[in-house]
Amino acid sequence: MSQTNAQTAAPYPNRLESSPRLRSLKKALGRFFQNKLGVAGGLFLLILVILAIFAPWLAPYNPMKQDYMAILQGPSAKHWFGTDDLGRDVLSRIIYGARVSLKAGIISVAIALAIGVPIGLISGYFRGFWDEFIIMRITDAMLSFPSLVLALTLAAVFGAGLNNAMLAIGLVYTPHFIRLVRGQVLAQREREYVEAAIAAGISHWRIMLRHILPNAWAPIMVQATLSVAGAIISEASLSFLGLGTQPPTPSWGSMLSEGQGYITQAPWIAVFPGLFIFLAVMSINVFGDGVRDMLDPKLK
Amino acid sequence: MQPEKRSNSESILEVKGLKKYFPVSRKHTVKAVDDVSFEVYEGETLGVVGESGCGKSTMGRAILYLQPPTAGQVTFNGKDLSTLKGRERRKLRKEMQMVFQDPYGSLNPRMTVGAMLGEIVRTHRIVPKHEVANYVRELLVDVGMKPEHADRYPHEFSGGQRQRISIARALAVQPKLIVCDEAVSALDVSVQAQILNLLRKLKQERHLTYLFISHDLSVVKHISDRVIVMYLGKIVEMANKHDLYAQPRHPYTQALLSAIPKMGEEKRERIILKGDVPSPLAVPSGCPFHTRCPIAQKVCAERKPEWHKVGDGHYVACHFA
Amino acid sequence: MSEPLLKVEHLDVGFKNRKSFVKILDDVSFDIQPGETVCIVGESGCGKSLTSLAIMGLLPPGGRIAGGKIIYNHEDLTKKSAKEMSNIRGNEISMIFQEPMTSLNPVHTIGKQVAEAILIHQSVSKKEAWDRAIELLRLVGIPSPEARVKNYPHEMSGGMRQRVMIAMALACRPKLLIADEPTTALDVTIQAQILEQMNELKKRFGMAILMITHDLGVVSEMADKVIVMYAGKVVETTDTKRLFQNPRHPYTQGLIASMPRLDKEVDELPIIPGNVPAPEDMPTGCRFSTRCPFATELCRTKAPGLYGDEAHRVSCWMYTNEWAGGGQEHATGETIKL
Repeated sequence: MSQTNAQTAAPYPNRLESSPRLRSLKKALGRFFQNKLGVAGGLFLLILVILAIFAPWLAPYNPMKQDYMAILQGPSAKHWFGTDDLGRDVLSRIIYGARVSLKAGIISVAIALAIGVPIGLISGYFRGFWDEFIIMRITDAMLSFPSLVLALTLAAVFGAGLNNAMLAIGLVYTPHFIRLVRGQVLAQREREYVEAAIAAGISHWRIMLRHILPNAWAPIMVQATLSVAGAIISEASLSFLGLGTQPPTPSWGSMLSEGQGYITQAPWIAVFPGLFIFLAVMSINVFGDGVRDMLDPKLK
Repeated sequence: MQPEKRSNSESILEVKGLKKYFPVSRKHTVKAVDDVSFEVYEGETLGVVGESGCGKSTMGRAILYLQPPTAGQVTFNGKDLSTLKGRERRKLRKEMQMVFQDPYGSLNPRMTVGAMLGEIVRTHRIVPKHEVANYVRELLVDVGMKPEHADRYPHEFSGGQRQRISIARALAVQPKLIVCDEAVSALDVSVQAQILNLLRKLKQERHLTYLFISHDLSVVKHISDRVIVMYLGKIVEMANKHDLYAQPRHPYTQALLSAIPKMGEEKRERIILKGDVPSPLAVPSGCPFHTRCPIAQKVCAERKPEWHKVGDGHYVACHFA
Repeated sequence: MSEPLLKVEHLDVGFKNRKSFVKILDDVSFDIQPGETVCIVGESGCGKSLTSLAIMGLLPPGGRIAGGKIIYNHEDLTKKSAKEMSNIRGNEISMIFQEPMTSLNPVHTIGKQVAEAILIHQSVSKKEAWDRAIELLRLVGIPSPEARVKNYPHEMSGGMRQRVMIAMALACRPKLLIADEPTTALDVTIQAQILEQMNELKKRFGMAILMITHDLGVVSEMADKVIVMYAGKVVETTDTKRLFQNPRHPYTQGLIASMPRLDKEVDELPIIPGNVPAPEDMPTGCRFSTRCPFATELCRTKAPGLYGDEAHRVSCWMYTNEWAGGGQEHATGETIKL
């Protein structure tokens, strides 16, 4: 090819060539580590995950084991977070409870993503009758209910239990994701690169999955992270009301519920699970902000 | 550039009665393109000029069925696009490509240049699978980039380089016709010259036909063989470029040519049009230009001017031309 | 030579990034006489807009004047406080921008905005300000201004909005109007209207115009004097006629040649190869040396000064005695004797 043309391409400074994906990943991680709060949140989450995974080895006691010699004991060297009305170790129950709470948070959001993303994507891409009159009206209707009331109703219909609670929470979160994804898709669809892909004869499915979705992904990920926090609270609320985890399995919500009767005598039974719910939700939120900075600095 | 060759060459694209309306409310429609007909001959560059809102870009998109026309016929190489559906239309689309204006918005920011080009090549099975990477690199070299640029993301390139990538994308499927929609308008003068030369070179090497849409009359004159002038969704004049620029017949074309600031020329008398382009929601009756026309008469507001021949291949829609 | 209205001397402007200070404008000098139209022309990234913002004291965050003087009315604007500058901006120097929509407030009528501009700078009653606003709008060529004052910016076309901006800029009767690409976003027929209007207003008010543009055609229509900038430096300054008849700097020559023209026909446009270097890795010598067809070792190692006389200055080694061969090979075949 003609030499002058090859020269017109801007000269790039000499540097070690690495794969383009690796380079952009490095840059993204660099941005994440600039957000100190996000890093702190991430670290706390990491600790929670480790606690949840290695609970049997890390918990000092069996969380279900009742000890009538140690009922309603305050925090001590033996029981760091005290014991409850059945003499169970609160710390051990919190460590095991982390399993339930994290699982509930993640799986509920996964359900919401699994249903919401495809519907939002297709709905926003093709528009038309289905989008405008069916999907949007259904999500409108669902969004007009207070989400906890809706989750409560669904959980009551499905029956008590953790799995049903997660499904209920997931369904309640789904319209949020449909809306978000659809909005993102509508915005991306107007961009010229989508038109260019259509002009190049790329199929609609490929355009949706390979072109639009990656460009819409950042806000979806941020919303998903933040929703995990919401889902943990929802699960705790359902458990608190007796529709989530069933005794004697510990979950932060059910512990809170059980502890409320003793709030004046033995506040630690309710305070510690409450504190962990707060810390977990808080750290997920700041971590989510960090993820946002990482994925797309312009979103801020 | 080669008028003798053109006279006996075949038309590759035929546009007949093309209309593109956008409903804006129950009562109002914007007639972005209103009953436009013309032919593009194989191997020529047909320039389309007009100011913003004249419908030139919408027309380009309607021809490619990126925004399907409201009415009218687009025939490419003897095939009527409106009768084709899905896969068939996509196959024909391979023959007609587009280079977009915005070098920043028209490339997917999350795909490397190589991935983007490779996807197109694979979709249309232009070359066997194991040759795709090579084909993409050659394509990049053809548009004046380096083979290793395939691994980079669009944001790592300058505007001119992105436009080269855009051209590479259009070329990837080996089309016959390329619609260039303001393809050099966003670029600096010196870069614009590079891209114009590249388009010229590619046209010769690959026997391409261009439909070159631009608001810049100098650029259009430089690159085109024939030129169409549009105003408010209609074609007001069409001629071979020498006739159009030397003897513009429509008062709008005359005003346009007069309005361009010219380099190194003494101050001169210019035709300065009064007022703004009317809103496409309320296109004036009769001749759409009569509200700004320096020679308008009563008849212009009452009757639509006929599209008539005033010279060899020179057509105009004006009562007084 | 009369006293210049504005004199920019050895101006350096740059931005502080995390690691260092990156100089964008390097040693920019020029002056504007009262009532004169001066155009700064150059491609994106040449620093033409930054120059105008530096004069206005409106540098973007992180930007800093690192050296030089901007003398207006015997006073150095670079030494003025923010408050003093805002006073000068309102009363002495006005500015209009490329995209009028961003500078107009969408929630107020244009009449209110123009009247406000008048009230800030002149002690008149509200009623008087309103009447004057209508008068100004008529002056800038807005038809039936009595009715249009009640319009909101979004109800007007781009050309009309730019006229409103000009009216606001004229509200304080400035001595200098800085226009940054005022017609770039407009159609040619509208551009012709606005340019003519500006020329008329200039005559009427006797103000000087500093016009920033990338369009050599606009330069030719408007300018008395032209400053060509490349990569943050002034490369050539002269009057308009001389610039187009006898451009001296290779960059100016390349720029003019690479424009497609209505009056000439070429198959292939002459091009300037390559791209503008990034501010962080400017060449040590002449900044154009990486793209210049005539560049020698001298150009690549040592930056040229601005040579020539009052009428025509150029920043190129070819016009000096240091040039090997005394400039014989040069395209225009003439040298400036120093």
